[in-house]
Amino acid sequence: MGLFVNVLLNGVTDGTIFAAVALALVLIHRATGVVNFAQGAMGMLTTFVAFSLLTAGVGYWGAFVVALAAGFVLGALVERVLIRPLEGKPPLNPVIVTIGLLVVLEGVAGSIWGNTSRGFPAAFSQSGIRFGHDTVAFSHFDVFILVAVLALMVGLLGLFRWTDLGLRMRAAAFAPVVARLLGVRVGRTFSLGWAMAATVGALAALLAAPLSSFSPYYMDLYLVYGFTAAVLGGLDSPVGALVGGLVTGVSTSFVGGYLGSSLEPLGSLALLLVVLMIRPQGLFATTAARRV
Amino acid sequence: MAGQPLVRHLVLALAAAAGFYLLTSVLSPYDNFQVGEIAAYAVALAGLSVLTGVNGQISLGHGALMAVGAYSFGLLMTHTQLNLMVELLAAVGLTTVLGIAVGIPSARLAGPYLAGVTLMLALGLPLLADQYSSTFGGDQGLTITPPAAPGSLDPERWLAWIQIAAALVTIVLLANLLRSRFGRAFRAVRDDEVAAELAGIHVGRTKVLAFAVSAACAGLAGALLVLSTGIVNTGEFPLSLSIDLLAGMVLGGAGSLMGVWWGAVALVYLPQWSTSVAGSLSLGNGVSAYLATVVFGLILIVVMLVAPSGLQGLLRWTGGRLLSTLRWVPASVTALEVRQPANQEKDQESQEKDQESQESQESQESQESQESQESQDKQDRTERSEA
Repeated sequence: MGLFVNVLLNGVTDGTIFAAVALALVLIHRATGVVNFAQGAMGMLTTFVAFSLLTAGVGYWGAFVVALAAGFVLGALVERVLIRPLEGKPPLNPVIVTIGLLVVLEGVAGSIWGNTSRGFPAAFSQSGIRFGHDTVAFSHFDVFILVAVLALMVGLLGLFRWTDLGLRMRAAAFAPVVARLLGVRVGRTFSLGWAMAATVGALAALLAAPLSSFSPYYMDLYLVYGFTAAVLGGLDSPVGALVGGLVTGVSTSFVGGYLGSSLEPLGSLALLLVVLMIRPQGLFATTAARRV
Repeated sequence: MAGQPLVRHLVLALAAAAGFYLLTSVLSPYDNFQVGEIAAYAVALAGLSVLTGVNGQISLGHGALMAVGAYSFGLLMTHTQLNLMVELLAAVGLTTVLGIAVGIPSARLAGPYLAGVTLMLALGLPLLADQYSSTFGGDQGLTITPPAAPGSLDPERWLAWIQIAAALVTIVLLANLLRSRFGRAFRAVRDDEVAAELAGIHVGRTKVLAFAVSAACAGLAGALLVLSTGIVNTGEFPLSLSIDLLAGMVLGGAGSLMGVWWGAVALVYLPQWSTSVAGSLSLGNGVSAYLATVVFGLILIVVMLVAPSGLQGLLRWTGGRLLSTLRWVPASVTALEVRQPANQEKDQESQEKDQESQESQESQESQESQESQESQDKQDRTERSEA
């Protein structure tokens, strides 16, 4: 019973981070129609910036804020320099560019900070909370993860649904030509969308860093799981990203806990393939899917 | 004439075979080994080029598919005494089955979902080999003894011939496939899925077929590499290999079967070159290992931004410009200028590209004029209602 509960709780924690990565992917896909494979690597880079600040003696929250701001800037920069020139070209080209960016960022991080794995400090205690005699596999840091991601999601939902800026972003994504005619600065909106998504990704990477070995490649698996979560939830639904993340997290945790941790990626692949066979459009998607 | 493309492909292949024969006769054994490697990678790149350039899907798992072909071939060589051809075909078959299994669910959604699914495959499959290390040989992997060369032939040259022959056969088959209705279906699905569906093409099945074909090529390439290197282990097929393959394909030109040779040369020589560069600049130990992949990443970015049709596309463009500026070409040869150069296939592809860009331009213009017309109508209506 103890193992079951602990595996479940681990799954919820991991799943929340997958949900955050998925949310970043969904944001960029909704805003610009591109799947950003460099999402994890961009978050990794900003987290390394935070790491440098932490080792230089800056407090955790200062480094936290700087990392998120760096994510914002990096997202806007990538969109402006690498993705905007490809507007109007085949939609596959920006995706290929993000794949190239993924590798380049990992190489840059590796050359500046080295390839060895190290530890990353957490904002709160990572030891399990005690309930009377028992310790549960849920720490204060895990609570922080849940709270941070949920707050972020609520904030973004509110932004899109109830603000003018959100309306403009949705318009620019849905019909850029018409939006331009109606006065929306579509290019700037795209950059803003990427900047916001990169901030979400930076948060996810910061939260994930203390959980696993911290090296330039640590976000690869999170990207994969985040992608699974995004597809499960439907690639254009933020709520779906959260649900998809939790489902992915819990199921991979069960695979890891009962079958062996090396099988976790294949477990998530099997989950994804099963869901695609049964309900291809994901759980919350608004677009239709095709039957083969 | 229906027979013409096949004849042309066979003639080109025979000419290439003759060229390779001469090349391998003069090169050293180690160079022949590398030529064989180039041929093996060319097979993988050809499949990937068809998948991405002609069918418009991205795969980040072709390194893992090569691993499947390599391990199947290695296991068959270790545990059975079958004919070499049978073992190669069996390895190809196993990889194709996996390709179909992964391709069917992924074909259900529009967009680069195959990329994500194959990324998972690339990260997950090596772990499978680690988990069941007794079968797969664990970290050290499997070692096989390559088949002996007949007579007193150099073993490296013999193996290189096998690899080159396999590459040429594969490329001829793919070239014929691209000329057939399947090739047209691939292109139609890439360009406009809805229109293709309306024209009666089964989009899902076409995508699965393209992925299965590319998986078969990757499996063959993996098996061919095992043939000459004699070892299979998971270290040979990391995630970076899949990205390197993508970069090699993009460098040569997505969709171009001639361009795969550029990419294959890059795949074989870039790692060596980057190691020596890292050494001469005395960068750290870790740097040289991933410097090659970083360069491939840069290739992906730069080529996509600057020359999306790769080196082969650049060559075609410069060739076209040269021909059009050579006004002193005698009258009997001016037919070359009028859309009929020696290689019809190349020109047809550029024609199709011109048509596609024209059509997409026209549809964009008509869309814009439609939308501006609609907004104009709305404005008129509101003005009238206010008046």
